[in-house]
Amino acid sequence: MASAAEIASQARRTEVRDRWLLSAPALLIIFVAAIGPLFVMLAYSFMVKGDYGDVKFGQYSLDGWFSVFLQRDIFDDTLTFADAHLSIFWRSIKLSFLTTVSTLLLGFPTAYFIATRPRHTREIWVFLVTIPFWTNLLIRTFAMQQVIRNEGIVNSLLRWVGVIDEPLQIMHTDWAILFGMVYVYLPLMVLPLYASMEKLDFRLVEAGYDLYAGRLQVLRRIIIPLVSPGIIAGSILVFIPSLGAYVIPRVLGGGKNMMLGNLIELQFGAGRNWPLGAALSITLMVLVMVALLFYVRNASRSGATHG
Amino acid sequence: MPESAGASEKRVAIEARGIVKTFGQGANALRALDNVSIVIRENEFFTLLGPSGCGKTTLLRLIAGFEYPTEGAILLYGEDIAGLPPFKRPVNTVFQSYALFPHLTVAENVAFGLQMLGRSKAEIDARVSEVLALVRMQELAARRTDQISGGQAQRVALARALAPSPKVLLLDEPLSALDYKLRKEMQIELKRMQAETGITFVFVTHDQEEALTMSDRIAVMSKGRVLQIGSPWDIYDKPADRFVADFIGETNFLSAIVLGVADGVAKVRLTSGAEISATLAEGGVAEGEATVVVRPEHARAVKDGGQIAGVVENVVYFGTDTHIHVRLDDGEMFIVRQQNSRTQSCGFEVGDRAGVEIDADAAQVLKD
Repeated sequence: MASAAEIASQARRTEVRDRWLLSAPALLIIFVAAIGPLFVMLAYSFMVKGDYGDVKFGQYSLDGWFSVFLQRDIFDDTLTFADAHLSIFWRSIKLSFLTTVSTLLLGFPTAYFIATRPRHTREIWVFLVTIPFWTNLLIRTFAMQQVIRNEGIVNSLLRWVGVIDEPLQIMHTDWAILFGMVYVYLPLMVLPLYASMEKLDFRLVEAGYDLYAGRLQVLRRIIIPLVSPGIIAGSILVFIPSLGAYVIPRVLGGGKNMMLGNLIELQFGAGRNWPLGAALSITLMVLVMVALLFYVRNASRSGATHG
Repeated sequence: MPESAGASEKRVAIEARGIVKTFGQGANALRALDNVSIVIRENEFFTLLGPSGCGKTTLLRLIAGFEYPTEGAILLYGEDIAGLPPFKRPVNTVFQSYALFPHLTVAENVAFGLQMLGRSKAEIDARVSEVLALVRMQELAARRTDQISGGQAQRVALARALAPSPKVLLLDEPLSALDYKLRKEMQIELKRMQAETGITFVFVTHDQEEALTMSDRIAVMSKGRVLQIGSPWDIYDKPADRFVADFIGETNFLSAIVLGVADGVAKVRLTSGAEISATLAEGGVAEGEATVVVRPEHARAVKDGGQIAGVVENVVYFGTDTHIHVRLDDGEMFIVRQQNSRTQSCGFEVGDRAGVEIDADAAQVLKD
């Protein structure tokens, strides 16, 4: 006969074992599909590049990491900054930042508009916002091309109105990438913003007006602080995919205006420099993680005050 | 007491003239306020009383500026403010839900209005601690608003609305979320604060007892109309119509015939044949069939005599007093409230025959 304590500890052990067994599939997927490849990537970034792509196993080198920021002159071996890479980093960060700000400026009023509609019509508006997701990203990007190219809708319209004589060269500029990213990522900003604003107690807005706050002050002192979790979530959801954008800069930016995603693709493809590609990927990931850390810090701070 | 002459000499703080407010359009239009006119004097504790949906909160929101009247004017010290946005009106509101800002501390909540008015930091700090002392919340100034109880949140909401020293303070059922005991305490507190600050209070409630105990004057509202405005004494003892009489306290309704009027006092004949004198409601009928009201405490059950009589149907003991339900001979129910004494019971049992003696001047003829 087992004592009560033994039965209890046996039950506890069984419970712990069951818990591990039940979470095993999820853990397996995380390790095999997410963490494992990361280590493969990390290992590749420290290897010598193969002549036709791939890497030479067992031969280690810092060349991959070295080339991320620096380049060696092929004639006199002097070291200079890899201007091309740095400008691509800069363009990626700049365009991602501008995309985030633009989607915030466009998404905030949109989300506010939806959140202030009668309850039964809000769902329709949210549905409308998500419709673009139904179309393939590539098709949406080509559609954007039709809008902004020299013979496109925007230029035709502007010329017809008489604002311009010559078509504006938007295609293959940073502007084209920016327009494309804002268009594609806008719903990712609107949805979390709307989720926060829907929870906003509009009686607080009335209380603000009652206490002599004008419209701008109510926005700045009451609405923005209260929906800040949505602002931060939306910004992260837009900023991170923008940093790694590939299709949009490829189609709209042309060959010259590359972003990080294109540079990485280049190294794994035509560049045949997998270690550099791996190092660039990890650099991108670090940038993303810095952004995420910023998010977590802010979210935990504001999350403590309200849901 | 009837309104003293001195009260009417006070300045008018708020005047609503012929306010109409409709929500929606066409067939769905809802008339929330129907030609409402009210005069609220300076330093007055004025209560808008009525059942939910009577329009009292709508009227308060019109004064605050959250809604704009469809017709009519709202004057604040003689100036029409009906078109001004709420942040340009020197009135503040204590919301039913308190609506405290969850991202700010107690002190920051109280300081908000003053900050928006652009006061100096020193002035704000001084005023905030002054107002927090008034509502006895100094110790919790640094707390977040989700760390305080309902009663404390109520005090903070009050302090926040009082801090900018509004000309008029609007209170939208501020005590309805509190439990009975706390509510009683806050009623006294509110009266004290009104006396200390000298601010005009416009108080919305559906609780007639609250209205009677706290108000200088009461406006009884129903279905978007103001039925009667007067002191608690007026409203209780001289209800103008059936709704007011029924809504405020318990009342006995008796059918009667007005025989004649002299000096505002009517001679009426009850169905029992007894003739009593009754005061006339302002603008009430002067002849023919009418309804007379008598408060339960203004009548006594007697063994013999009385103007009307019937059979005791129920005796309900309430501690301080006993309610004797008498089924009158004409079929109507009459309730008598008698003070209890320690030494003897009310003297009636179910089934006993009882007469009802109505006090002199206790009866009132209703308008309709």
